[in-house]
Amino acid sequence: MAANNHEVWITGIGLVSCFGEGAELHWNTLGGTKAPAPIIDTEVVAPYAVHPLPEMDWSVQIPRRGDQRQMENWQRLGTYTAGLALEDAGLKENEELCASMDLVVAAGGGERDIETDNSIMQDAMSSNDREKLILDRLPSDLRPTLFLAQLSNLLAGNISIVHKVTGSSRTYMGEEAAGVTAIENAVSRIASGQSTHLLVGGSYNADRPDALLPHELGHFLYRGKGEGIHERQANGGGMRMGSVGAFLVLEEAEHAKKRGAKPYAKLSGVASDLGSRDKDKSSSRLSGMADKLDLTENGPDAVVSGATGVSDATSIEFEFLKQQFGDGLATRAYGTEIGQPLEANFPAGVALAALALKHDGFYPPFEDGENPAPQSVSKILVTAIGHFCGEGMAVIEKA
Amino acid sequence: MSDKYTDHKGRPIIVVTGMGAVTSLGQGIEDNWQALTSGTSGIHKVKRFSTEGLSTHIAGTVDFMQPEEISAPGISYAMADSTTEEALTTAGYGRDGFPGPLYFAAPPVELEWQHRFDLMARSDTGEPGYERLLASAREHKQEKMHDLIQLGTIAFQLAEKFGTKGLPISLSTACASGATAIQQGIEAIRRGDTDAALCVASDGSVTAEGLIRFSLLSALTTQNDIPEKASKPFSKDRDGFVMSEGSAALVLETLEHATNRGAKVLGVVRGVGEKADSFHRTRSSPDGFPVITAISAALEDAGVTAEEVDYVNAHGTSTPENDRMEYNSLHAVFGDHIHDIPISSNKSMIGHTLTAGGAVEAVFSFLTMHNGVIPPTINYDNPDPDIPLDVVPNKKRDASVSTILSNSFGFGGQNACLVFGREAA
Repeated sequence: MAANNHEVWITGIGLVSCFGEGAELHWNTLGGTKAPAPIIDTEVVAPYAVHPLPEMDWSVQIPRRGDQRQMENWQRLGTYTAGLALEDAGLKENEELCASMDLVVAAGGGERDIETDNSIMQDAMSSNDREKLILDRLPSDLRPTLFLAQLSNLLAGNISIVHKVTGSSRTYMGEEAAGVTAIENAVSRIASGQSTHLLVGGSYNADRPDALLPHELGHFLYRGKGEGIHERQANGGGMRMGSVGAFLVLEEAEHAKKRGAKPYAKLSGVASDLGSRDKDKSSSRLSGMADKLDLTENGPDAVVSGATGVSDATSIEFEFLKQQFGDGLATRAYGTEIGQPLEANFPAGVALAALALKHDGFYPPFEDGENPAPQSVSKILVTAIGHFCGEGMAVIEKA
Repeated sequence: MSDKYTDHKGRPIIVVTGMGAVTSLGQGIEDNWQALTSGTSGIHKVKRFSTEGLSTHIAGTVDFMQPEEISAPGISYAMADSTTEEALTTAGYGRDGFPGPLYFAAPPVELEWQHRFDLMARSDTGEPGYERLLASAREHKQEKMHDLIQLGTIAFQLAEKFGTKGLPISLSTACASGATAIQQGIEAIRRGDTDAALCVASDGSVTAEGLIRFSLLSALTTQNDIPEKASKPFSKDRDGFVMSEGSAALVLETLEHATNRGAKVLGVVRGVGEKADSFHRTRSSPDGFPVITAISAALEDAGVTAEEVDYVNAHGTSTPENDRMEYNSLHAVFGDHIHDIPISSNKSMIGHTLTAGGAVEAVFSFLTMHNGVIPPTINYDNPDPDIPLDVVPNKKRDASVSTILSNSFGFGGQNACLVFGREAA
């Protein structure tokens, strides 16, 4: 029987957001005494505001141009960030450990060929046979390899090809829940001895109309400009999407020690649940998760919150945190700074928490209404309450 | 825990106590098995949409369900709902919920052309295209459409309806997804996270664009003239797979759990092996190393020698490359002994059910052992001399089968192999 008692360390972080790339860059940017103004682009998918992809030189982590050409940006971003995480963990180009490394990716659907779609929709206005129009246009207008940039599991496929991570490869889907289940599964596998080292994370490209459309269908997008997660609530709330890549190298502590790797932090536990967003039921699920994570007696020193900004989910979470842990808790809703990266949301939160623990500090308030940071932080709760369903929590502690 | 409940590695023995299936051959285990053993093909000319001008006009669509909407998510959900219900009923789980998590191999879903045109028609704002789609969505909230195209929705809905525990996992490993769903269940039970797991896979994504995308990769057969003859795994004139739809559900639980609640055991899940391939997005390593590793790992995990395998349920897609690669890899693991083991491809009759394939074929594997009948590889009229396998050509065969290897391979370097047993070893 599985022992479930192996300690799980975070030994590598890859992070890309509107602020740029690299774990340290994010600590230097976000971890100072005053939070930076978020970087927001109101033109790339006007009229929406997004936290855009920073300027990237893909060839740094994806050297072959042929590989770059086979991907769209969400895959490039994910593959790139996975490379950063491996490098950070000192495992990049370590053939043996990459070949035995497990891979769990949280992914959405791929990107569309906007030009082709737009052109077909334009022609459809004057067509009386739209079915025929599609049959006439798609076979000649779609790039054959575009399909490979659209399949959810091809981010993992590209990571295997570019970085030679081939122990096992699974792709989890389902919006924020994808990130939650990916990390939860990764932690369970290491804790139980089913895996010794594992690459887990996701990426999301917000700079595209086809990425925003599914959310606008449900009126989940924030229509204002630069307001933070808290401030937005007065205007009806909503998500401002953000381009983010977030990958972690998780490692069984003994495995890391043997190769001399230092931990950012340890990932003590993950809990998740699903149910109706009725206020009482949601609260009781969140309490149950906190209980499972042994937070009832010993609460966290601070919270890194993946709050999406969507009113129902956000108010349920903030009220729960207040009730469970009191008024004074320092909660940092990072969506204010880097936006909402859907599948990459939870991995990004775990990365930010681990960074703070490594640096013996915490983040300044990201907006008015967030409590000042406590003197010392050794235990952080990371939350991801999905914008329409699915909930996750993780406890990250000093290793 | 007593020995009779643990395997050769001291892990809980995992059994199957419930199964459900939908393919183009029919709804439910019984109809499928009857058609499968009589060598019937479910492949037909596509009626759901026009295929005029396309190079492939045939598919194994499932046209007899009554989905809320004819779309990939609509059809996928309807099939998954049916197979889950069938599996839970067989296993003796009622409506009081299921005592474990859901692992769901989810099809690729996204906004389809019908949705785009629908949105376009509701607004005059902005240029036709994404500008107008977004404007239309802003002007008129489309909650149903939103829910439909979220990748997690089907699993969330199944979890809530059937009362599985916790947050369900929606997963994709392309054409290996069905096997991966079962693998996730195995791993969770072995970790001791749960005594039972519900593993479901569903794919109803035969749309015009879906067909075109696979065509553009030259993956599909263009032998349209006699649709039921087009899928011909291991034949010399095979030229691609037939895109199909289907779903399967399996209830996995520990033998101890099943015994204690008096459930009937339908078969044993003995082992699983996986290895990712870094060679190419759609092609396997020429040396076969990842597939060979996955097969060997599955046998090792199951504690089974190559000699003990008495039937292989092949991935057998009917593409020139897959079938050759699968043979070469099997030969590398089994040696010449592979020529004496019956191996058949269910895809000759049901086509390639993509996301659902590994789970559908797992269900058929358990039926093969249970009934002592091996379904044939149909359309085997022109054997490929380079693949000298006993493919159980064209007619079913009575045989006592106690150990099965089932292969699944997918784009993106995904390789997952499962070993099933008739009885606990």
